[in-house]
Amino acid sequence: MDWMKIASALFMLAMIIYLFPRAKHAIQNSPKGSLQDWMGYVLPMAAVVLFIILLIALV
Amino acid sequence: MQMNTAVTRPQEAILQTNKVIRNTYILLSMTLIFSGFTAFLGVVSGIGHGAALAANLVAIGILWFVLPRTANSGAGIPTIFAFTGLLGFGLGPILNYYLSVNPSIVMTALGGTGAIFLGLSGYALTTRKDFSFLGGFVMVGMLVVLGAAILNIFLGVPALFLAVNAAIIMIMSAFILWETSTLIHGGQTNYIMATAGLFLSILNMFQALLHLLGAFNND
Repeated sequence: MDWMKIASALFMLAMIIYLFPRAKHAIQNSPKGSLQDWMGYVLPMAAVVLFIILLIALV
Repeated sequence: MQMNTAVTRPQEAILQTNKVIRNTYILLSMTLIFSGFTAFLGVVSGIGHGAALAANLVAIGILWFVLPRTANSGAGIPTIFAFTGLLGFGLGPILNYYLSVNPSIVMTALGGTGAIFLGLSGYALTTRKDFSFLGGFVMVGMLVVLGAAILNIFLGVPALFLAVNAAIIMIMSAFILWETSTLIHGGQTNYIMATAGLFLSILNMFQALLHLLGAFNND
C-alpha cells in the first residue's frame, strides 16, 4: 500500500473528526429554509452546472 | 433622544457590516495573489507529492489551532498569509501535472473558478437573501464528500472520482452563498475567519474543476 494513500486517507479522516461536531451543531441550529429559499439556491446552482458544462465543452 | 438611538444603532451595525465585507474582499484578494505567487514557486521548484501533502497538513494545522487564537489580533494577518501561502505552495505537483498535459485546462479552471465565485458572491450581495438555512446542508455535504473521497483513495473508481469532484463544486458554491450571507447579515464579524473560509472554498473549487476538466479532456 502506497504510504501517500494512507497519509491522505488519515488526513481526510482527521477532517471528518474535526467537522463532525460542527456539522451536528449546524444541523441542530440552522433555520429551516422555505420552498422559496431553496429556489433561491437552486437557480444559481443550475447556472453553475450549465457554466461547468460549457467549460467542459470548451477544453 | 430615544428615537435617535433607535435610528443610529442599525446604521452603525450596517456600517460595521460593510466594513467587514470590504475588509474580507481586500484580504481575500491579497491572499489569492500571494497564494498564486507561492503556487508559482511550487511549480518552478518541482516539489513532490510528499512535500505538497506536508504543506497542506501544516496549513490545516494553522487553520484549526493557530488562526482561531490569532484572528482577533494583529497576528491574524501574518497567520492567514502563512495558511494561504502553504496551500498555494501545495498546489505545485497538481499544477505541474496539468501544465505538462494541457496548460489550457489550468487557465480554464482558474477563469471558471473566478467567474463562479464572483457570480455567486455578486448574487448573494445584490439579492441580500439569507442563506443561513444552508449551514447544515453544507456541513453534511462536506462529511459525505470526505467519506466518499477516502473510499475512492483505495477503490480508484473513475465515476466516483468525477462524482466527488462535481459534488465539491456544488458544496463549495453553497458555502460561498452561505458565508457571504453570514457576512451581510452580521453572523460573521471577523474578516480574517471569513477570508479563510472563502479562500478554502475557492481553492477546493479550483482543484475540483481542474480534475473535472482534466478527466473530460481524457487526461
